[in-house]
Amino acid sequence: MLKTFPKGGIHPPENKITAEKRIRRMTVPKVVYVPIAQHIGIPSEIIVEKKDKVEIGQVIAKSGGFVSSNIHSPVAGIVTKLDMIIDTSGYKKQCIVIRTDVKNESNFEEKDYPLKSQIDMAPKAILQRISDFGIVGLGGATFPSHVKLNVKEGVKLDCLLINGVECEPYLTADHRLMLEKADEIVVGIKILLVALNINKAIIGIENNKKDAIKLFKELTKNESNIQVAALQVKYPQGGEKQLVKAILGREVPKNGLPLDVGVIVHNVGTIFAIYEAVQYNKPLTERVVTVTGKKLENPSNFWVKIGTPITDLVTEVGGLPEGTRKLVNGGPMMGKAIKNTDVPVTKGTSGILVISEEEASRGEAKNCIRCGECVFVCPMGLEPHLLMNLTEKGFYEKASNEDIMTCIECGSCSYVCPSHRPLLDYIRFGKNIVKKLQTAKN
Amino acid sequence: MTDSVLYSVLLLASLGIVAAVVLYVVSKKFYVYENPLIADVDEILPGANCAGCGSPGCKSFAEKLVNTEDISDMFCPVGGNEVMKQVATILGKEVAEKDPTVAVLRCQGSCEVRPKTTEFQGPRTCAISAMIYSGETDCQYGCLGDGDCIKVCKFDAMYMDETTGLPVIITDKCTSCGACVEECPRDIIEMRPRNKRDLKVFVGCLNEDKGGIAKKSCAVACIGCSKCEDICPKDAVVMVNNLAYIDPVLCTLCRKCVDICPTHSIIETNFPPKKPKKVVAKKNLIKKEATVEPLNVKTDA
Amino acid sequence: MSTQPIIISASPHVHSDRTSKKLMYDVVIALIPAFLVSLYVFGIRAFIVTAVAIISCLLFEYLIQKYLMKTKVTIGDGSALLTGILLAFNLPSGLPIWMIVIGSLVAIGIAKLSFGGLGFNIFNPALVGRVFLLVSFPVQMTMWPTAVENNTTIADAVTGATPLGVIKEGLMFGDTMSTIATKIPSTVELFLGLTGGSIGEMSALALLIGGVYLIVRKVITWHIPITMLVTMAVMTGIFWMVNPEQYANPLIHILSGGALLGAFFMATDLVTSPVTKKGMIVFAIGIAVITVVIRLFGAYPEGVSFAILIMNAFVPLINTYFKPRRFGSKIKSKIV
Repeated sequence: MLKTFPKGGIHPPENKITAEKRIRRMTVPKVVYVPIAQHIGIPSEIIVEKKDKVEIGQVIAKSGGFVSSNIHSPVAGIVTKLDMIIDTSGYKKQCIVIRTDVKNESNFEEKDYPLKSQIDMAPKAILQRISDFGIVGLGGATFPSHVKLNVKEGVKLDCLLINGVECEPYLTADHRLMLEKADEIVVGIKILLVALNINKAIIGIENNKKDAIKLFKELTKNESNIQVAALQVKYPQGGEKQLVKAILGREVPKNGLPLDVGVIVHNVGTIFAIYEAVQYNKPLTERVVTVTGKKLENPSNFWVKIGTPITDLVTEVGGLPEGTRKLVNGGPMMGKAIKNTDVPVTKGTSGILVISEEEASRGEAKNCIRCGECVFVCPMGLEPHLLMNLTEKGFYEKASNEDIMTCIECGSCSYVCPSHRPLLDYIRFGKNIVKKLQTAKN
Repeated sequence: MTDSVLYSVLLLASLGIVAAVVLYVVSKKFYVYENPLIADVDEILPGANCAGCGSPGCKSFAEKLVNTEDISDMFCPVGGNEVMKQVATILGKEVAEKDPTVAVLRCQGSCEVRPKTTEFQGPRTCAISAMIYSGETDCQYGCLGDGDCIKVCKFDAMYMDETTGLPVIITDKCTSCGACVEECPRDIIEMRPRNKRDLKVFVGCLNEDKGGIAKKSCAVACIGCSKCEDICPKDAVVMVNNLAYIDPVLCTLCRKCVDICPTHSIIETNFPPKKPKKVVAKKNLIKKEATVEPLNVKTDA
Repeated sequence: MSTQPIIISASPHVHSDRTSKKLMYDVVIALIPAFLVSLYVFGIRAFIVTAVAIISCLLFEYLIQKYLMKTKVTIGDGSALLTGILLAFNLPSGLPIWMIVIGSLVAIGIAKLSFGGLGFNIFNPALVGRVFLLVSFPVQMTMWPTAVENNTTIADAVTGATPLGVIKEGLMFGDTMSTIATKIPSTVELFLGLTGGSIGEMSALALLIGGVYLIVRKVITWHIPITMLVTMAVMTGIFWMVNPEQYANPLIHILSGGALLGAFFMATDLVTSPVTKKGMIVFAIGIAVITVVIRLFGAYPEGVSFAILIMNAFVPLINTYFKPRRFGSKIKSKIV
């Protein structure tokens, strides 16, 4: 019996149509749009000015606080303007527009770095490097990695979990990365083990990626401190708390972090970024993006420079098909719908999903029939129907008592609701209000 | 037969007496002293419980008025100066006189002038759509059109105009309680002084985008051209972030800015039509932006 | 690009293909075997009662929603249809048509729509209709056309009592179970459905097939029916073992009357049952206990309908006290 988390979860159709597609390198765009708010936390501060010449990998916006991150120029070129453009949030946000210098060869070098498994850096230096090089969680949450790795003195930490679950339907970015950069990821794990001074790492992979499981089992055969855990296919297993529970059986306390049970979780994409940063001095300026959709001509996985407009990606896969009704930045369960393709790729863009007419429309919301399906599938043991009801009527205090804040917004409740009720919409809204009330109280 | 009637009467009567005694004893025993002034003040207050004063209801506001020494910064927007004066006489305290205000909608982005570029699916409340993204149009500052303000209005002073997709404030019914101002996630509704005969001049736009972008998303957007700022004789117009704002205190309602605004984003209300020249100009405007005019008319219905 | 605008909505952007309509129609499908058996046993009469109940339920829903409530008419969602079928299944096949119409009006008008429509009703509408008829017209509601005669002739139906009725009556007159046993159908007959009773509660086999279909289709979970039946079996079993001459054996209790229909179709009604699995178990135990108490010690021979309605009233309370365990909440060291 494969491991999984015990409570709740759903099995949406996987639709991993790009699982067999090798990651291609996307052509360098003529202009990149780099938003300064690409991570959770305080937006970065712009340190370049209009008409500045920037080199590839140069810091163009520096961390604005502790929970923040540096942003590096993905291309060599000239800053043409500092403008407001619509980002994935749907609002106009500050962003740095850089025109690529077509004469600068560093833009177009396709370096294939050889594997470098010798780790020369000291733990402190590794952590500093991760912080300096703008590495954030690439699974989608974009939480600055150095904050996660900042383990305070006296905190018991014994295990590093590597999240290769990729439970979102459609997305295959992590899967391809695991297949193509397996050696590098193993080195990356070792780097983190050195940095954290622990000797246990477990890679969690869902059983729909048998090739990746096999590959990693092969690679870690002689590594006593790295294990591979094959997991049942169940959404939302990629959620940190669910992953910890599934692999180690430990339950992260309410409102707590995995660190509270001695675990740190990192995505495979992040591990690869850490590997490149530590071994090859390469800041986080590109990532793997799955561009997918049932109607697309040639859905693919790409290495994409941060700041590339999504238009370029969509053109590369054959353009938007007739009858496209929805564009999603991320996966279908947790991604954000975007207004148009002018939105740039950011550090958190794990996929671009093009949804056609038939799938796009939401059903009309009907009365709750109290079937309890949302309660059964909620991985956090909440009662979504109740939370929605309370939020709708404005009982935020009560909603807070019903643990609305522990919702991980996985969307399982909205997915299963036979009455098509917008459960998560209201819960998310309720969380926002409760958060505001809580900050007002303190 | 008579016995049973008699018994029933006796039984009911004795029950009544027992209940009366219990009620009397309890009401005496658990009597709570309340300043009679509170009841008096509560009587005067409008009783709308709109929370426009900051207290949750009229009763608690009355308590606050009675128990606070200096009430000059407290005001009942619904009752206005008249009520506050009465309160002052009862309590023997000073109250400040305030200009009556009324809510105005600072957005003219009707369906016609501000085309929808996306379709929103989900709960139709402004609060939730504002949280998810910037609205169905390309303007991220304007009205979302889901009517949270209307739902929150306790005086039926607002309704949704189906053709423009914008809420309309019925000036006569508006008590300026401020509930809609609180509710609007975009801060489109503003309380402005009523002035004489409800004459008002204000910028009907909140778009902070640069001219071209603003104009593209909405035909009546303020494009930040500063013409109004230049022409204003009293320096009542301030330009911040490509957006004009008319200071109601400084504005003398001369309407020079209304005529000069190239996008007709400055709204004037309740001015009588004047001068043939002006009428011509207005006719042009009607032809050009058919929906803008009716909105103004309705606002003052 | 398409001419229609891009849709924006919050995640998730995909949805399972389950809809409440499909759930309702799944229940309808699950009731088909039981209906076929009743057709075989009661003939055209079963069809008439069911048809009248369905039509009047749909009609009342339409009329009330359209003219009284002035809301959107939702007769297409299958819930009124289901109420009609379930109501009919709980009625004797010889009931006059006007009574069925009244039952439907009570079920739809009072038990469902006056609470606010689908999803807001506290009590199972079909059962409210049935119990209303039972207390208003006790004679007609307990005239059970016997199976065999009625198969051929409908006009002058001979009425007999249900097995539970026979037992109750017999025990009241001081008979022992062993003498009563000769008067009631054998267990096999009960299982196949060749007995007297309401239209839908005839055949245990048909109801089991329907119930299994519902569980397989994940319309209901096993919690309510299994818990309820097991509890009933255990309770009646204890009494039976103490005194087999005074109490019927558990098998008779489960196979006769409305136990199976109630367990699989009435108690599991999504709207009026608890939303958590823990709650469902408590709910089912409650139903079983009340049913057995009514059957063994009450005035009525059958108590499933009352038991379900009584427990329906407790559902909000059950939902409040039996919550799912929140992820990450500490496993409390319970005070013993």
